[in-house]
Amino acid sequence: MLLSRKWLNSFVNCSAVGDREFAEAMTLSGSKVETFEDLHEKMKNVVAGRILKMVRHENSDHMWVCEVDVGKDKPIQIVTGAQNQKEGDLIPTALDGSLLPDGKEIHAGELRGVLSEGMFCSVKELGLTLHDYPYAIEDGLWILQEEGVKPGDDMADVIGMDDHVVEFEITPNRPDCLSVIGLAREASATLNLPLNLHKPEVKGCEDDIHNHVSIRIDDAELCPRYTARMVRNVKIAPSPAWMRERLRNSGVRPINNIVDITNYVMLEYGQPMHAFDFSCIGGSQIIVRRAKADETLETLDGNARELNENMLAICDETKPVALAGVMGGANSEIVGDTAMVVFESANFNGPSVRRTAAALGMRTEASGRFEKGLDPMGTVEAVDRACELVELLGCGEVLQGTIDVVPCEIQQKTVLLEPEKINRLLGTNVSADEMRRILLSLGFELDGDVIKVPSWRGDVEHYSDIAEEVARFFGYNAIPNTLMRGETTTGGYTDRQKAERKIGALARTLGFDEIITYSFISPSYYDKIRMPKDSALRKSLKILNPLGEDTSIMRTTVLPSMLEILTRNFNYRNASVKLYELGKVYFPREDGMADEPKVLCLGAYGEDMDFFAIKGVVEEILKGLRVEDVSFRAESDNPSYHPGRCAAVYAGEECLGVVGQLHPLTAANYGVDAELYTAELWLDAMLANRGATPVYQALPRFPAVTRDISVTCESTIPVAMLQACIRKAGGELLRECSLFDVYTGAPIPEGQKSVSFSLKMRADDQTLTDEHAEEIVNAVLEALKNAYHAVMR
Amino acid sequence: MKKMLQDLREVAVHAILGAADPQALEALRIQYLGKKGDLTKLLKMMGKLDPSERPAMGQLANQVRAEVENALAQRKDELSAMLLERRLTSEAVDVTIPGKPTQIGHEHPMYVVLDEIKDIFIGMGFEILEGPEVELSEYNFTKLNTDEGHPAREWSDTFYLTEDSSILLRTQTSPMQIRAMEEKELPIRMLAPGRVYRKDEVDATHSPMFHQIEGMVIDKGVTMADLKGTLDAVMKKLYGEDTVTRFRPHHFPFTEPSCEMDVQCHKCGGKGCPTCKGEGWIEILGAGMVHPKVLEGCGIDTNVYSGWAFGMGLERLAMRRFKISDLRLIFENDVRFLEQF
Repeated sequence: MLLSRKWLNSFVNCSAVGDREFAEAMTLSGSKVETFEDLHEKMKNVVAGRILKMVRHENSDHMWVCEVDVGKDKPIQIVTGAQNQKEGDLIPTALDGSLLPDGKEIHAGELRGVLSEGMFCSVKELGLTLHDYPYAIEDGLWILQEEGVKPGDDMADVIGMDDHVVEFEITPNRPDCLSVIGLAREASATLNLPLNLHKPEVKGCEDDIHNHVSIRIDDAELCPRYTARMVRNVKIAPSPAWMRERLRNSGVRPINNIVDITNYVMLEYGQPMHAFDFSCIGGSQIIVRRAKADETLETLDGNARELNENMLAICDETKPVALAGVMGGANSEIVGDTAMVVFESANFNGPSVRRTAAALGMRTEASGRFEKGLDPMGTVEAVDRACELVELLGCGEVLQGTIDVVPCEIQQKTVLLEPEKINRLLGTNVSADEMRRILLSLGFELDGDVIKVPSWRGDVEHYSDIAEEVARFFGYNAIPNTLMRGETTTGGYTDRQKAERKIGALARTLGFDEIITYSFISPSYYDKIRMPKDSALRKSLKILNPLGEDTSIMRTTVLPSMLEILTRNFNYRNASVKLYELGKVYFPREDGMADEPKVLCLGAYGEDMDFFAIKGVVEEILKGLRVEDVSFRAESDNPSYHPGRCAAVYAGEECLGVVGQLHPLTAANYGVDAELYTAELWLDAMLANRGATPVYQALPRFPAVTRDISVTCESTIPVAMLQACIRKAGGELLRECSLFDVYTGAPIPEGQKSVSFSLKMRADDQTLTDEHAEEIVNAVLEALKNAYHAVMR
Repeated sequence: MKKMLQDLREVAVHAILGAADPQALEALRIQYLGKKGDLTKLLKMMGKLDPSERPAMGQLANQVRAEVENALAQRKDELSAMLLERRLTSEAVDVTIPGKPTQIGHEHPMYVVLDEIKDIFIGMGFEILEGPEVELSEYNFTKLNTDEGHPAREWSDTFYLTEDSSILLRTQTSPMQIRAMEEKELPIRMLAPGRVYRKDEVDATHSPMFHQIEGMVIDKGVTMADLKGTLDAVMKKLYGEDTVTRFRPHHFPFTEPSCEMDVQCHKCGGKGCPTCKGEGWIEILGAGMVHPKVLEGCGIDTNVYSGWAFGMGLERLAMRRFKISDLRLIFENDVRFLEQF
């Protein structure tokens, strides 16, 4: 909402308040100021100049040298290439060192050897259009015809740039503040200055509207009120300069007197108006009804619109002539020869207008206002104001009478004034008198403790709304700052939240960077990770109105998100990358909602990364969480992963997830020709398998004996099975059995491998003798031989 | 004899103190003090002396031996000190060569800020709640006093999962207010951060998925002064003790009175500069007293209980904290970006 401060001053004289001070005060009372601008700052040193003498330029066949009176002691000389001027003409003249609205600076200079002490201007060069000054021409100088303007007069004053414009961001609950009067009311209460409202007066002529037209509302819900007046012998012409200036400074383009009046009233009162040519109305009845499915209407913007039953239309007896609250029809547009005009000032249902505008993709100034819900009591005064302006501008004769159809009674809203309750809510001690004063200044009426809410305040219906009104003008920043009191709460992180934080800390300690990815993906990503067509994971929640295919379903796996980020980093040639995300997946539930479990996803590539590196990271994280009884089982049938480099991760018999190298075909689907490694681990499963708090174990008092063994066995036998066999055979004195080498190739026979373990043995009550250690090692070797034909090398 | 001993002493001590290394020193020890050494040879000549001279010569000989031994010990110490010195010199490194890389990972910058905020509220007795992102319209809108017909409910603004608009991707973390009031015992002090979704195309300041932090307090006699005092205290912890806040009236359907909180621009101290777009203040969050209709809708007696709530956007907070110019960087996850924080 752009507000002209000159216009505002006609209701609340606050010209003594500077722009910054005004903006600050209004912002703090709830009308947020976005920007403010002194228009005069945009155009400086441009004055009216009269051509005293005009001669041809000696070095040019099209330029003129003019002697110009700019209100100073001496005339100045201006060289111009324009042709539409003559001696005696008054023309906007940019003097040496002047500034034009487009930011251009004008300085004196020579044009083909002749001094020019400035520049004559066109309408466009002053930031205007022919809409602002219809008598001017497009491609020539602006020959001024404004009354009372003399040489030397500041053009900024002439064209109404002696104004300050303030831009407000008005919250949707206050459509009444999308008007000069609404903001004047706020400014009056904010600055403690009197509000001078004006009651429109219409003289009228002898004819009466009721002789010509009747109005019927078929849908009272969508149209709670329809008010109309009529004007005859209309003379379409440009509106006067003062009106054009105010419109322009409010961001509205002037068109002609009748259209300008509707816009002027809308800006002043906040009530959108529509004017239509009565001669185009078939019959003598205006009907407000829902459109029919097959009806069409060409709107004022020249587009043919297909209507439907959800849209409210203003119709004559046979056809729609306007889309209620959105836009008029071309069939009843005000044109040059319009003689009889109907001014419509109506109240329409907000959501209905919004949906109609949205369905047709044509949000207009009017629809934007109606959709917020306007004052149903404001229609009469607005239409009277329009008619008053018609008489003031002399653009027609207003007929007597107003048609005002109100299908259902409009209720006066009341709220009880409860000062104690309000103070209790705000934490203040505002007196009841002060509360009354604030409410009265905003147009509320008081009948004892009953507050009558003004009709334009659709947002006020509850004591808490009254509390806000009080707080706004008492000052939000005058309310004291207190800390919370009351019952102590324990607060704090839950065990689960602590565990999540720990997982993050562990992953980072292991060199992994945290990422955040979108929860929605494309269904085609399931193909990219080679998920089987019949996989249950393909059953995802679908967004019915997605932004695009790429973000159209809720992911049931975090893998595609991780791969996308790994790929992006790979394409950026980031050499070694390790990433993690603790993200949600979304499984559709019977009731239409989702189960939203979290998954820890690790992803990495680079020189230092291979299957055992990523597995080591998984092991460390699980160890850090104290997940017990962890094992890894080869998984060759997960199509996303390399069949020989993938393991399911178990805690006991519960599967925690999967770790491995991505299948080369999966990587290829992402255009990556490097080895990518990922792990996906269910948070819930990890947390459920955490062991108890560790109990201190006495530190060993006797030294350990270490023996290394190397055995040769068939290469298909998993190391984990050999280890299990060793542990069993070694008994309780065998404390550790760690793998340190696996070797294939000469001299080991084909199909065999050599596996080396380091065995650490220790007794709690004595130093183990070499003989005793030998016994254990021999038992181990014996067992390996018997179980797996694994023989000592 | 006496002269011979004295000469021996002089020559030996001189040679010893000049020995270049332990090997040379050992050779000198053997030369002078060894079984066939010079001093031994001299002592063997003692027998040929006049007995009256012997005691004095014996004494002198012992003295010479002691002095040679001292010289040997002294030189030994000197030599080992020199050796150590030499070793240390040879072992010196260029300390400006970078350390061996031990790469640790980095927390995402948004979660860095989120963790800070969580910790502040935890310290004030708040608990952290999480809730569904696939949410009922009932919770996302209706129970938050946002009726049918409100623009935010339009399909052009909100992602829907069902044709009847009953299930959606939550557009705000505010449904957590309702869930907390329905599920928790009073009093409540909760913080609910999480992902939210709105139908905005991706650009430098918009993303269809982003994060909010919701906070709410419900207790007996909670006032707007409490809201102000608490949020002011939080901002002082987040941005420093000299932080200045201000509150402006605003509008949210589910709070009344509603407000927005600004923090005075650190750069210009409120005068207006490019950082604050000339306003002197930077908008941080929206807040307000929980609307009595919302409380009543959750079965809370508004004659006894009241509450306040706030919501703030995490992305903007993180972007401001780290001067990140483009929202897209946050979700792009380029490690060259991530590893800066």
